[in-house]
Amino acid sequence: MLFRTVKELVELAESRNKKISDIMIEQEMLMSGKSREEIVSRMEKNLEVMEQAVERGLKGVASRSGLTGGDAVLLQAYIEKGDFLSGEILLDAVSKAVATNEVNAAMGVICATPTAGSAGVVPGTLFAVKNKLHPSREQMVAFLFTAGAIGYVIANNAFISGATGGCQAEVGSAAGMAAAAIVEMAGGTPSQCAEATAITLKNMLGLVCDPVAGLVEVPCVKRNAMGAANAIVAADMALAGVKSRIPCDEVIEAMFRVGQAMPQTLKETAQGGLAATPTGRRLEAKIFGTAKNE
Amino acid sequence: MKYRSVFDIIGPVMIGPSSSHTAGAARIGRAARSIFGREPKWAHIYFYGSFAETYRGHGTDVAIVGGLLDFDTFDERIKRSLEIAAEKGLEIHFHKEACVPDHPNTARLHIGDEEGELELVGVSIGGGKIEIDEINGFKIRLTGEHPSIIVINNDRFGAIANVAHVLAKNEINIGYMQVSRKEKGKTALMTIETDQNVDETILDEIRKLPNILHVAKINE
Repeated sequence: MLFRTVKELVELAESRNKKISDIMIEQEMLMSGKSREEIVSRMEKNLEVMEQAVERGLKGVASRSGLTGGDAVLLQAYIEKGDFLSGEILLDAVSKAVATNEVNAAMGVICATPTAGSAGVVPGTLFAVKNKLHPSREQMVAFLFTAGAIGYVIANNAFISGATGGCQAEVGSAAGMAAAAIVEMAGGTPSQCAEATAITLKNMLGLVCDPVAGLVEVPCVKRNAMGAANAIVAADMALAGVKSRIPCDEVIEAMFRVGQAMPQTLKETAQGGLAATPTGRRLEAKIFGTAKNE
Repeated sequence: MKYRSVFDIIGPVMIGPSSSHTAGAARIGRAARSIFGREPKWAHIYFYGSFAETYRGHGTDVAIVGGLLDFDTFDERIKRSLEIAAEKGLEIHFHKEACVPDHPNTARLHIGDEEGELELVGVSIGGGKIEIDEINGFKIRLTGEHPSIIVINNDRFGAIANVAHVLAKNEINIGYMQVSRKEKGKTALMTIETDQNVDETILDEIRKLPNILHVAKINE
């Protein structure tokens, strides 16, 4: 085991003058006994699945419940008109995150990153910053290893599922992972990667998991959109030299404690939050015939 | 360390919408089928915690049945698994349980045919990863991420050594092993994680050993 914390990961990378993605590949070789080629080629396959999901979502899909689908198309059309207020890369990331999660909600094939409900954030940001940074295929695969390294630490020190830690653990983790990967691809240092993760996670802290009718649709798709936006802004902040006053590992620890303190009604049980609003209940009744969780 | 590989985080490739409720459920179903050793004729599926609350919305029901039909997490047939099971004459009953389990995403499967039965408790711990916690009342800990052999045997001296000897002779390395029994001298269960996939011929060799009642495997 090469690292257990973000601090160890960053120190290892910086002392050896390597990237976080390099350390993750090394650790995977150590743990699995597999060759670098085998590991990299498996990640390339995941990249292909992500690419196909984004493409499919941008063409427009609809879920069985009819709750989600088609927003990625709206966003792309809006970007093309050119009258947007925020930024092209930001909106492109948002639309591609939405695209992936709309495909997920439609029971299409996706790559869980770190989960299916949060599968849009990492590919959404990757395929958006790609248009600005023009990475090689190898660098795109490295993006996934860096995201994976951060997710690995979060998963082993806290949690990555909504049922155990709320949405902060799911979309929050995905956004923290994406932020570090963006920083590395943009040429930032491993320390800056950790700052970007810390800044992102701090702003996702406390986010509950409250899916309407228990479906991974409302509000999951839009939370992926905002997770992607959060990741890109945090990456820019870290690249500008902004630091988190609370170290990344302590933010992860705080996320764990917040998740433990969160009531069951707000951990993927569809019993609280948006799921328990009048409209949430009405949609549930419409889809299943009865509001089963009332 | 619950998560050992980067592919636990970036992966699995799967049919949506939920890694814990869809991919994890498919893996629990598939693990049950592997341990049972064949396609069952009937299945009672008990959902607990978040599985019980939201299984319909997450496709947990179609996924777990897809697993029983031996479909992988990314197999598009999962969407139609209830119809496929009906066509094959596989009888399915779902039960929603009210009691609170240790982990929110827990399922108990009771499957069988005219030859035998199997009862198994599986937990979906997040990101598509699973743990099998119980087989036929034996407490175990199996992740299904390494090739594993499950042996049910009479609780007699030498049974464990004999199985280990067959594996050693075939140059199979054991990474993790656990033995469990409910009562001294009755039946016992071995779970053995190996570094290599174990051929059917080796399993047959183990089946022929004295005091061995059932041998099954789960491939990586």
